[in-house]
Amino acid sequence: MDQSQIAEVVERYLKGEMDTQEKLAFEEARKNNPELDQAVVEYHFFFEEMVRYGEVRRFKSNLYDTHHTLQENGEIKEIQLTAGTRIINMWNKYRRVVAVAASIAGITTLFISGMITLFTPNRPIRDIEELRRKVSNLEKQTSNQTAEIKNFKSKIEPGADVKFGGTSFLIDQKGYLVTSAHVLKGAKRIYVQSNDGTDYLAEIVKKDLETDIAILKINDEEFKSPKQLPYGIGKSKNDLAEPVFTMGYPKDEIVYNEGYLSAKSGLQGDTMSFQITITANPGNSGGPVFNKNGEVIGILNARQASANGVVFATKAKYIQNLVDEIKKSDKDENIRLKTVSTLRGISKPEQAKKVQDHVYMVKVVLS
Amino acid sequence: MASQDQELAVFRAIGNNDKSAIESVYSENYAIIQHFVVSNNGTEDDARDIFQEAMMVLYEKARQQDFELTCQIRTYLYSVCRRLWLKKLQYARRIETQVENFDKVVPVEEDLEDHEKLTLQYQTMRTAMGKIGEPCKSLIEAFYVHRKNMHEIAGFFGYTNADNAKNQKYKCLVRLKKLFFAQYKNA
Repeated sequence: MDQSQIAEVVERYLKGEMDTQEKLAFEEARKNNPELDQAVVEYHFFFEEMVRYGEVRRFKSNLYDTHHTLQENGEIKEIQLTAGTRIINMWNKYRRVVAVAASIAGITTLFISGMITLFTPNRPIRDIEELRRKVSNLEKQTSNQTAEIKNFKSKIEPGADVKFGGTSFLIDQKGYLVTSAHVLKGAKRIYVQSNDGTDYLAEIVKKDLETDIAILKINDEEFKSPKQLPYGIGKSKNDLAEPVFTMGYPKDEIVYNEGYLSAKSGLQGDTMSFQITITANPGNSGGPVFNKNGEVIGILNARQASANGVVFATKAKYIQNLVDEIKKSDKDENIRLKTVSTLRGISKPEQAKKVQDHVYMVKVVLS
Repeated sequence: MASQDQELAVFRAIGNNDKSAIESVYSENYAIIQHFVVSNNGTEDDARDIFQEAMMVLYEKARQQDFELTCQIRTYLYSVCRRLWLKKLQYARRIETQVENFDKVVPVEEDLEDHEKLTLQYQTMRTAMGKIGEPCKSLIEAFYVHRKNMHEIAGFFGYTNADNAKNQKYKCLVRLKKLFFAQYKNA
């Protein structure tokens, strides 16, 4: 018997799936074969742990689902602390920092004023003027350098094999983005480029080939989190003929497109996605599909974009599923999805203006 | 307020991973814990994490045959949360901490020690699972976590029949067992 056959037999034995005769024969074999006996002991412990692991995982996912449901029903609300409590909380939290900062400031002030009294009287005015000139020269130099740095935005090393893969969008202002998993194929490094042309280094947090969703995280000191995302990840039901819009990077600058939801399932009845009629090409892959209220209802998957404008989009609830999976398996990544959109009831140009800064081009470095 | 028998029934149902029991305990107790954590320097996320960990402790206790719940579920949950949160605050600040109290408390120190052991064991399996790679991970999870049968699994993963899927499952299991015991010895 090879290892996997042993595993199978032992599992059937431990689960009590053997009939009496087979069980007797197995127990006889166990007596005469110490290795088999050892395997049974090991598997017994292992399966117990496995079953417990499965139960704990199910319990945890029940907890998450419950939290989610209660939040949606409005039974769980965020607590609004009164201003007073909040300030006391802040004070409690930071009083040590404040104390340290204050004493450092005090010491520094004393030190500097000491130095000034020590050196000032002997210093001729001419020297000071010269210094001032030097400082202004320095200032000029620095501003020149800053200008140069600003011009040199691209961090991607010259000569790298770069593929302009697709589009991605923020789902958490801490720098978590969603895109299509197929966009990242063969990536050695990933950069995302914001609407203003800055590149940020990003890494894959998780990808799921089945739903074709990937979650990226911007891992770049220069990245400044936006205060708040204007859109939420929608959960409402979607209707046929509902107008939708998308933003993405089919070319070097961001492009807006409008269309409508044309079928509730995707290619060959695939229920994980829906079909929309919109102008899109592969660079739009991974881009957000918004409904008229500015809720993300899907992720554009323009892999099979065809001439008559039929495209498929993965349903947005699979973003939540993937985030839940990450949350369950890894406590370090704390992703919070917004469900409420602040884009409801404003004009399309306004919506697009508010969305565009949170949609990024995905650049994949292949070698 | 629920009678003692009702409380006990809910408690047992929690141990059986019963979704409606989880939901009722969750909705009845979350607000007070949330209030406790948020008024004691915590965030909304902290409140959720602490509450869910306390639910885990409750679940572990409900599965433990020799454990008797001697107080209300609410008191138990609150006591666990209070202890967990104090520990977290002390860890963050390394000084004695005072928290505002909301309810009466029962001693839960020993229960939390058990909980730590169980968490460690759970993490051992989780780490082993993390190392096994795809498609093994999904295959094993489909069977042991999501309790799918071999026919469903075969269809889902694209095996031609249930037997092939089963063979693959056992191959994966042999590898997982190795990883698990290697991890177990390290821990």
